[in-house]
Amino acid sequence: MELPALSPQGVSARTRRWRRVRRIVALPIAALALAGCTVPTFGAAPGATTSSRSVYHLWQGFSIGAAIIGTLVVVLILWAVIFYRRKSDRIPKQSQYHIPLELTYTIVPILIVLGLFAATIVVENKEVANPKTNVTINVNAFQWGWKFTYPGENVVVVGQTTQDPEIVMPVNENVHINLTSSDVVHGFYVHAFNFSRYALPGVLNQFTLRAVSTGTYDGQCTQLCGLYHSLMFFRVKVVSQSEYTTWLASNANASAAQAAQKATNQQTSSVVPTKTSKSEENN
Amino acid sequence: MTDVLDPPVAAEVHDPAHEEHHGPTGFLKWITTTDHKVIGMSYTVTAVIMMVIGGAFAEIIRVQLSAPNNSLVSFAQYNELFTMHGSVMIYLFAGPFAFGALANIIVPIQIGAPDMAFPRLNALSYWLYLTGSITVLSGFFVAGGAASFGWVAYAPLSNSINTPGAGADLWIGGLLLTGFSAIFTGVNLCATIFYLRAPGMTMFRMPIFTWNMLVTAILILLAFPVLTAGLIMLYCDRHFGTHIFSVPGGGVPVLWQHIFWFWGHPEVYILALPFFGMVTEIIPVFSRKPVFGYKGMVFATMTIGALSLGVWAHHMFTTGVVLLPFFSIMSLLIAVPTGIKMFNWIGTMWRGEIWFSTAMLMAIGFLFTFLVGGITGIYLASPPLDFFTHDTYFVVAHFHSIVMALVLGAMGGLYYWGPKMTGYLLNETIGKVQFWFLFIGTQVFTLPGYLLGLRGMPRRVPVYPLHPSWQFLNQLSTVGAIMIGISTVAFMVNIVYSWKKYPAGDNPWDGHTLEWFTTSPPPHHNFYRLPRIRSERPTWDYNHPDHAAAEHGHHDKNPVA
Amino acid sequence: MKVEAWILLSLGSFFGLTAAVYWFWGHENAGGVMIFAAMLLCFVPGSYYYWWSRRMRARPEDDPNATQAQGAGVVGAFPGTSIWPFTLGMGAFFVVLALVFGIWFLVPGLGLVVWALFGGTAEGRRGGTQ
Repeated sequence: MELPALSPQGVSARTRRWRRVRRIVALPIAALALAGCTVPTFGAAPGATTSSRSVYHLWQGFSIGAAIIGTLVVVLILWAVIFYRRKSDRIPKQSQYHIPLELTYTIVPILIVLGLFAATIVVENKEVANPKTNVTINVNAFQWGWKFTYPGENVVVVGQTTQDPEIVMPVNENVHINLTSSDVVHGFYVHAFNFSRYALPGVLNQFTLRAVSTGTYDGQCTQLCGLYHSLMFFRVKVVSQSEYTTWLASNANASAAQAAQKATNQQTSSVVPTKTSKSEENN
Repeated sequence: MTDVLDPPVAAEVHDPAHEEHHGPTGFLKWITTTDHKVIGMSYTVTAVIMMVIGGAFAEIIRVQLSAPNNSLVSFAQYNELFTMHGSVMIYLFAGPFAFGALANIIVPIQIGAPDMAFPRLNALSYWLYLTGSITVLSGFFVAGGAASFGWVAYAPLSNSINTPGAGADLWIGGLLLTGFSAIFTGVNLCATIFYLRAPGMTMFRMPIFTWNMLVTAILILLAFPVLTAGLIMLYCDRHFGTHIFSVPGGGVPVLWQHIFWFWGHPEVYILALPFFGMVTEIIPVFSRKPVFGYKGMVFATMTIGALSLGVWAHHMFTTGVVLLPFFSIMSLLIAVPTGIKMFNWIGTMWRGEIWFSTAMLMAIGFLFTFLVGGITGIYLASPPLDFFTHDTYFVVAHFHSIVMALVLGAMGGLYYWGPKMTGYLLNETIGKVQFWFLFIGTQVFTLPGYLLGLRGMPRRVPVYPLHPSWQFLNQLSTVGAIMIGISTVAFMVNIVYSWKKYPAGDNPWDGHTLEWFTTSPPPHHNFYRLPRIRSERPTWDYNHPDHAAAEHGHHDKNPVA
Repeated sequence: MKVEAWILLSLGSFFGLTAAVYWFWGHENAGGVMIFAAMLLCFVPGSYYYWWSRRMRARPEDDPNATQAQGAGVVGAFPGTSIWPFTLGMGAFFVVLALVFGIWFLVPGLGLVVWALFGGTAEGRRGGTQ
């Protein structure tokens, strides 16, 4: 077998095309390598909990894949649209099948999907795991507000619509949340935690949050729950362990009565039903 | 090529008189017709009216959101508006437009059938659809207003305590009617495709649009009964004192979500597959090539249909009570057949001779928009990323990318088949204006939504807090929605402007499939004669006998057995 | 007929597999039952078509070399016009209004439905038009 001699025409169009392809592929890879570990955020943020960070990395991973595949498809469509415009009444070659090509774009996506699934499973297992916790907070959603109970601590925080009740939780500590709803489906969503979970009537939803940076974060109900759904805000305040202990102590006992009082006094609208939930004060 | 056209054997139909000549006319004709083309036109007109109504709701919603604490509409009105926007668009526009309007007209012609298998059932479908639409919309005129629990009607928000009033009952009743309408259309399409194909039109010679409608019809038959059952349960909960979805009575609210999404996710493909089919008809014709990877396309459609029944709970990832890995992998896998379709569409255009008619532009616009919606859909199939973006504007933007792609496909379908349905072409210049407004408007409308979602804006809120950039992104989105509105106006203008102006002839696009073989509009019972059917492109084979499809990329093989 | 049968049977088999996996992995009743029912819904017509496909000659539409002449003959009864679908639709409309506004709507509703069923059946037995 003799290799074809290297003449200007001898380097077949195929080889030249391959070289061009290599150059095109090499550029973004080099750019990525230069950029080092500064992978773009793709619009998301790392967030304030351990799991929000792994979700963020998963987001980045998905986005890199999406960017590559999306760019490839856009380039292919644009290529076809630009270079195969109708120029004459010629009838092009009526090719219909190209089995190797078709198999390629069946098998490669399957592999990509399996990779994405594997990454998903890793992050998901981290996120839904229930590690040992010292702090438990019961979150109860109702139309249209939130009640946060600290079992064993005699602390209850209630707030409706614009009152924005605040969950206080310690930093660097696994906080176990028991999420319930007393009427319709609500959504417990904290943007900075990259996390949401439904509060379902009749179901106890449990999950663990581990905040890694202190601060106050906005939360909101995300599942349509009636008239004042859009006003069902709350805040999450992540504080240091000592501040948390102090807060607990200063809010114990009195807090439940106070919160109930507050909810009654600061009615924003007469339509909003008052839920003082006296029956649950004894938790 | 003497023998290609078989002697004109008009399929002898048990049809004593040709009613088109001396049957009833006017209103009486409209209410008594059983001709699939007339019914299909009724469907088309009704569905487009529904699209305009739903679009008007959308414009009000978008204007309300253009400022953080806007008070254009009250909270209650806003809830009614987005509920009815979703309901009208999903139940009354997209589905009926796909399988009631275009499929009804085109599928029988594409397979060489004289009519749908059950013409009277077909007429009944239309009447149920029309009365169902009127029922749903009449909610605005009763005390308490229209349904306001979102188009998904999550229990227990949809029970008689949280949403009292006749509006919600009208919503349920109207959906029962349209649900039966869809089921009957599904039966009809299946029977037509299985039993009324012309001789030689084997299953693997059916046009892809017909294939897609077959899978759609099967999905309708599998999914819609579940919705109907769920709606009856919901009605019983509201009025007969049952406790199927209420916790105090021992019911399970999540059951509603299971039932709803068991219908709801196949419904997504019931909506999408017909429009995939339309695009798959448009792209080959305007590229002058056979559809690339025909069998792969059929396989992909079947796979989508099969998988779509096993993914419903990806809408329920955040409930915390579903099997995450199962639904995650099933949902991710749907990306594979969808990707096959995308590459097949590109492969069809590859080395073609693309004619940028309005229909083709709409199809290419579909490809881009669907790509965005499809890729963001992959994110949502991953539970951790879904926890992150669920019920935010990210999801809203995702499915609006998809449905706006479908609208682009629908418009392509109308420009492509409109001449066949009416006998007249639409104006191409106005059509291109419409396309650019629709296409750019769609991107301006949806893309800011992704960022809004990532920045934490929840869906279904009439007011939002003052966050930096939220207002700007919302306003951008509103501008896009208005552009889409302008494109709809352009469409209406085009219909009026082109009214009976440009006679189309039988085959204005050099079409491939049987509908381009008959007259425009087709006669009663569709065909005076039929060509010999030896591939999925009988009309092309007849017009271009020397350009049959090559079996493989490199060596030509005569597919004519 | 064979292809039709295989489409439904393979869809049904896939749903059966899905139902089994879901049932034993997820332990969730509603979805398991629904997807199992989907399997049955595919198997019932699918097995019927399969049964027939083994007992009948290929129809002209299943024959890749068929000519149009082979399709000659009576295709079926296609009524030209019929008022009964409209009547039945209006009856159904009134039945639904009865669900919302009051039981008395059932009187015209069921009346129209019954009338349309009889009328439509009679029309069908006469073989087409009224």
